[in-house]
Amino acid sequence: MIQDIPIQYFLIVSTTMFFIGVCGFIIRRNLITMLMAIELILNSVNINFLVFNKFLFPHQLQGHFFALIVVAIAAAEASVAIALFINIYRRFTNIEVENISEMKY
Amino acid sequence: MELNQFIFFLLSGLILIFSVLAITSRKILRAAVYLLTVLVATSGLYFMLNYEFMAAVQLTLYAGGIVVLIIFSILLTSHISHKFEQPALANVFAGALTGILGCGVAIWSIIKFPFVATTQPALVVDMKVVGTQLMNTGNYGYALPFEVISVLLLAAMIAAIIIAKKGN
Repeated sequence: MIQDIPIQYFLIVSTTMFFIGVCGFIIRRNLITMLMAIELILNSVNINFLVFNKFLFPHQLQGHFFALIVVAIAAAEASVAIALFINIYRRFTNIEVENISEMKY
Repeated sequence: MELNQFIFFLLSGLILIFSVLAITSRKILRAAVYLLTVLVATSGLYFMLNYEFMAAVQLTLYAGGIVVLIIFSILLTSHISHKFEQPALANVFAGALTGILGCGVAIWSIIKFPFVATTQPALVVDMKVVGTQLMNTGNYGYALPFEVISVLLLAAMIAAIIIAKKGN
């Protein structure tokens, strides 16, 4: 099904998505949108793992399990980050990075 | 053009357009919905690669779990009608420069690099193979990462509950 699509096409898509995520992480000033940029980055890395697994080493499943573990880590990271955001919102009543400059308890 | 090429270009076009929209949209709830579209299109790419289990995980965990979590936290922390101000020009310039330069270098090296596939016969990936390898401790077994990831998820769950609970 994927024989007439070269590996480079997949890699170009995931690279572009990765750098869109990096760009969004730099541009955005809101904590939740920065978390969304990080999700984009993790997702593009997952595409890379699966594509390398499928095209270059189809006799084993290493990239598949790496991608599975990356998804689990993304879920753990998102849950802890959102707990932190809710706590920050209680304390400062907004979640813009400019307004959160002190770490005093 | 073949049908699978057409579907590939459709999915990658969706991914690229909606990921740009997700980081430039000035309404935060719309940005979350654009992110959802990107993740669903990515699971379509996984279906094209014949990794059905990974595509199902992508749909249930990313599109069903993480995006719902993000939308919940948006509703808890900001007004839906709130629009962001335009980001500072220096920030936009720095971000775009980093993105374009890094993307150019990475794509150039991808095009230059000669990818050599292995000659061994391909494994037919079905659910039985995935399950056996995930629970195996021998060669090609992934039981240790599986256990470590379960402990990590437990720790993250406890940490999230303790951080977010009231009156600590």
